Amino acid sequence: MSLPFKQPPRIGWEEEITMPSIEAVNLTKQYGAFTALSDLNLKIEGTKCVGFLGPNGAGKTTALKMFTDLIRPTKGEALINGVNVHTEKRKALASVGTLIETPEIYSSLTPREALTMIAEIRGIPHAERKKRVEDIVAELRMEEWIDKRVGKFSKGMKQRICIASALLNDPTVVLLDEPTTGLDPRGMSEVRDIIKALKGKKRLIFMSSHILSEVSDVCDEVAMINHGKLIIYDTLPHVTAKFSGGNNVVEVGLLRPVDSQIVTQTIAAMPDVVTAEKIDDKDLKISFSGGLEVQERLLNDIVKLNIGVVSYKAASSELEDVYLKLITATL
Amino acid sequence: MTQTNFESKNVVPSSIAQVGIITKYTFLDYVRSRRFFIMLTITALISVLLTVLVGYYRPAGFLTSELGFYSSWWGTSVTFVIILSGIFFGGDAISGEFQNKTGYFGVSNPIRRSSIYIGKWIAAFIASIAILGVFTAVTLGNGLYYFSGVPSQFGESLLFALLYLVAVLGFTFFFSSLFKSSSMSILLTAILFLFVFTLIQSLVAGLVQIEPWFILTYGSQIIGNVLTSPYPLHITTTSLRPGGGGPTLTTYNATIPEGLAIMAIYFAVTAVLGLILFERKEFN
Repeated sequence: MSLPFKQPPRIGWEEEITMPSIEAVNLTKQYGAFTALSDLNLKIEGTKCVGFLGPNGAGKTTALKMFTDLIRPTKGEALINGVNVHTEKRKALASVGTLIETPEIYSSLTPREALTMIAEIRGIPHAERKKRVEDIVAELRMEEWIDKRVGKFSKGMKQRICIASALLNDPTVVLLDEPTTGLDPRGMSEVRDIIKALKGKKRLIFMSSHILSEVSDVCDEVAMINHGKLIIYDTLPHVTAKFSGGNNVVEVGLLRPVDSQIVTQTIAAMPDVVTAEKIDDKDLKISFSGGLEVQERLLNDIVKLNIGVVSYKAASSELEDVYLKLITATL
Repeated sequence: MTQTNFESKNVVPSSIAQVGIITKYTFLDYVRSRRFFIMLTITALISVLLTVLVGYYRPAGFLTSELGFYSSWWGTSVTFVIILSGIFFGGDAISGEFQNKTGYFGVSNPIRRSSIYIGKWIAAFIASIAILGVFTAVTLGNGLYYFSGVPSQFGESLLFALLYLVAVLGFTFFFSSLFKSSSMSILLTAILFLFVFTLIQSLVAGLVQIEPWFILTYGSQIIGNVLTSPYPLHITTTSLRPGGGGPTLTTYNATIPEGLAIMAIYFAVTAVLGLILFERKEFN
């Protein structure tokens, strides 16, 4: 099945030289007969956050690893700010912060030492190093652990230090592979806030994630891949408008079984309702067009039916619908 | 392809400077690690054991002459200390980067893999020197207690021991680059150095009667041999039947130039191979 593919409008050359960019040119990775990534062509430029989506094994981490020289391309090039990562790694990654999988840190080092090591490798001036390390650790709420050895840390704590390492040199390009993995809800929220703040600082963020609500929350654009191939790259509003039909879905939980006629005739006939169906005797799924105002009015109208409404929640995001449609279409 | 001029605000240090950074923090990690203290304890135990045994039993082989003391004490034990240091600090130095995922923390930065490899090698060398320093100090302490001076040959032997350490670490780092499993690389390195090399050396020399010039442990003989006077003959043939005749046993002793060449070549070849392997290995 051929799926529509649209590159966002390119910016002019004059702007191009000042905008951070990452670009995959026919990027391919093969392991014997297995193709992990196939001719990926993707150019992302400007200051924004791009979500990189796809099911497990789709090739997301493979692509990100080629952008950080953790693996070599079988064919093609991974370019950051126009520089080939594999042939000119030091130049290409000079202004890039990366978090790929969940790295381990030498267990006998403290976060202060591990981050100072990265600061030294990245050439952060001596006079700024201490403050930069302490500031980023504070931003990730790890101050009290800064001089404790990493070997005693939980996975989530290590993840925070690795995020700190990625952001330490105030990079212009940030590559994140499932950055909230292993974090508790508060940690996830903090990381999202950090990513949003990075967008405000005019950075290019390219992040893979399985958490679609997270992508909806922080990303401006999405690139989806499956079976190693890019299936769409566009702005989030364009993608959702094109594939979801613009509908939202709510699930309604009831105290008692409801008559099917009420669902198919009364509720389905309400203004802005597109479809209404029973999931089971006590649960309904209602698709409607419109925003939060429509969602509120719909709740009031359903409550007035006196059918025992006990819960009312958004069933899935638009992005989730699009994701499932596109991924299913490419199976 | 348009190459942008989007430069980093920070100036990435030279690759040589980055080697120094990796060395500094890897060494810090080593000296705080449990394995460093285990290695230190083993060295201390060997030293204490020798001190007590020589002090209590006063064996003739140790106390007849100054050179005999250093030959018996240092010549027989130092290669074991070096091999253990190589296994402890080099056995999983590279494979651990893959298995423990520490490589993801360092390699994805603007740094050449060779800088990481060399930095880790130097850190392992310095950590091993620290261990070797303890053993050397105890040897000299005891030597000066029983004899007034230190023979000049001990200085030579110490230099040969350092070269052997260089070669052993070169080899262990190379072997570590072959595997992604820390335990596998440590185990195989230990088996090779503690059993296989010695076994091959004995079989090749004794049964096939070929000089085992291709075995690193054969080259390391010069560390002990330089402490014997006169220096052992290069080739010795001994009859196995009393009174002569019949089958013979040929013993080979590496000459000093030969021993130096074996160790230097081992280091050069394994260092290059190890570097190439690490450069090409992927973090899958």
